[in-house]
Amino acid sequence: MAQNGVSQGADTHKNMILAEGVVKTFGQGEHMVTALDNVSVTIRQNEFFTLLGPSGCGKTTLLRLIAGFDLPDRGNILLDGQEIGHLPPYKRPVNTVFQNYALFPHMSVARNIGFGLEMQGRPAKEISEATDRMLALVQMEHLADRQTDQLSGGQQQRVALARALAPHPKVLLLDEPLSALDLKLRKEMQIELKRLQHETGITFVFVTHDQEEALTMSDRIAVMSAGDILQVGPPKEIYNNPARRFVADFIGDINILEADLTSGDTQATLPGGARINAILPNSWAPTGRVNVAIRPEDMALTQPGADNAALHGTVQNIVYFGSGHNVHVALDSGLDIIVRCAGTSHEVGALVGITLPDAVQVLVD
Amino acid sequence: MTQSSFITPAQQAESDAKLAAAKAQTDADARRRRLQLLSPSVLLIGIFGLFPLTITLIYSFLSPGSYGGVTWEFSTNAYVQFLFEADIFDDTLSFSTTYLSIFSRSIGLALVATVGALIIGFPTAYFIASKRPEQRNFWLFLITLPFWTNLLIRTYAILLIIRDEGIINLGLMGVGITDKPIGILYTDFAVFMGLIYSYLPFMVLPLYASLEKLDFRLVEAAYDLYASRFQVLRHIIIPMAKPGIVAGCILVFIPGLGAYITPELLGGGKDLMIGNLIALQFGGSRNWPFGSAAALILMVVVMLSLIVYVRHAGKGGASHG
Ligand SMILES: Nc1ncnc2c1ncn2[C@@H]1O[C@H](COP(=O)(O)OP(=O)(O)OP(=O)(O)O)[C@@H](O)[C@H]1O
Ligand SMILES: [Mg+2]
Repeated sequence: MAQNGVSQGADTHKNMILAEGVVKTFGQGEHMVTALDNVSVTIRQNEFFTLLGPSGCGKTTLLRLIAGFDLPDRGNILLDGQEIGHLPPYKRPVNTVFQNYALFPHMSVARNIGFGLEMQGRPAKEISEATDRMLALVQMEHLADRQTDQLSGGQQQRVALARALAPHPKVLLLDEPLSALDLKLRKEMQIELKRLQHETGITFVFVTHDQEEALTMSDRIAVMSAGDILQVGPPKEIYNNPARRFVADFIGDINILEADLTSGDTQATLPGGARINAILPNSWAPTGRVNVAIRPEDMALTQPGADNAALHGTVQNIVYFGSGHNVHVALDSGLDIIVRCAGTSHEVGALVGITLPDAVQVLVD
Repeated sequence: MTQSSFITPAQQAESDAKLAAAKAQTDADARRRRLQLLSPSVLLIGIFGLFPLTITLIYSFLSPGSYGGVTWEFSTNAYVQFLFEADIFDDTLSFSTTYLSIFSRSIGLALVATVGALIIGFPTAYFIASKRPEQRNFWLFLITLPFWTNLLIRTYAILLIIRDEGIINLGLMGVGITDKPIGILYTDFAVFMGLIYSYLPFMVLPLYASLEKLDFRLVEAAYDLYASRFQVLRHIIIPMAKPGIVAGCILVFIPGLGAYITPELLGGGKDLMIGNLIALQFGGSRNWPFGSAAALILMVVVMLSLIVYVRHAGKGGASHG
């Protein structure tokens, strides 16, 4: 994966997880599914790292390999510099918050939380102190003696978190922990998760297929598709400079236009002749017909024929979404694009000019 | 009631009453229909359960007839005889453990057989439950296969295998491990094996039923939280399988305690179990009141131990034996 190294910010942290060339397949012969296809990724100590991708792209599979529930067909996984491939799950300093929580129904909330320490054979006093601390951390002190099947979804979620954090693992794996919650609770838990990660200083590997969630919470995001990691980087970089067409499409609304690029040129030519600075993905120098991506909010509507109007078209539709409008414009070249405006004086059928940002991102297909 | 209504309060009250009556009627109908569903089993239990039980109770307080049967004379001798022995010469009573020891031996054997069946049955049930659903029926079918043959025949087959001239002894002597047969038949061990063999399916099936419902993700969660294989078994799988363990133990212990064919054939009738003792009273010993008393005592013992067991098991203690 050539694009993995897009972001190499100041690397002050050491690496916590290092996956190299990991391959995982399920089934045999005709029914074989390649869940992970030669995946390499580095997760740094103490970061909030998110695996983002559509259903079935291999997110859970990667988590299960790190946790030790499954073994990779090929490749290595190192945890804190140590080879962990041969270790069973109960010998890895890694804990998981399961998507369905998987709380033990025959134990109280407190015993669930203390279970990891109990299995490690810690003294009773240490277990009860840690349990109390965790109960306080997730604000569940008043429910310590409840059975877990008498809890609401949000409460179960907190217990699952506390249970996984109590043994203070090096890495916490979270598999879509918020997907079962309603929107309001989900927003609350997003903030709480960030707080917990900050307070505990544990490396979080978070799985979601919700791009907004990924953008709000993560230090870095890995965008996955069909068993492959397409791009790794901080949220801003993933959003503003998607390297791949899939990444651009998957995250937020985006317009993808065709443009021409000549060798050695820093500018691309848009249909209609407008010239614009082109941002190239790492170590890749395409020529000829390429795709470029422009966010709807990076463009603006103006009078047709105005000096700064790089493109022209006709307003097709105006969609109101609360904090603004999406104006759908049919370009003269035949393409439909979306421009985001706070308010708009234009009407359907009007001729408009469109201004462009300083530069556009060139995409790898 | 609005003004435009054509119904007077009196009419309203009348229709309310009719409605209530109709509702009571349908409720009563529904209840009757539900009772009708029960009636065949109530009839069956009444005729073949309660009625014989009453006879047994009455007989146990009568005196034995000389050639079997009873004579209608009230007597508590049957119960006294259970604990005391009358001196042949002067009829003075002295405490005797003859029958108590038969009871405790039977309870011991049934307990050991229950534990044995649990130890053998648990991995079996776990194995079946961890198979893919479409394969499970095949394994369950194998478990029920012994029921295709009568227990008496199967017990005879065991007898043929373990007797001195049976395959096991011939084999052992053939390869020269021993030069004379090791006596397996007519020992407690033979009875124990026979009991386990006869009642194992009754252990495996309820265990399977509860293990099949086990959420394997809980097992993974426990592994993730540093539980070793043994700890997962002890803290997750066994507690979750507890309803099956309780049911299986009851289903093996009770028939095991009252077993007749197995101790008769494999134990050689040397050391009696309760079942044989009771049978003997109605046969050779011709002491129906004592047989009835022994049967009732057995029933009370079973009921008491069941109550204690289920209470204890219901308390949610994780381990179990
Ligand atoms: N035990 C398994 N047996 C067979 N195929 C599997 C198994 N587990 C996963 N797969 C396949 O591997 C691929 C990746 O699955 P995975 O569960 O990792 O996806 P995911 O990204 O977590 O999806 P989701 O967002 O729906 O949870 C899928 O095509 C899935 O069908
Ligand atoms: Mg998943």
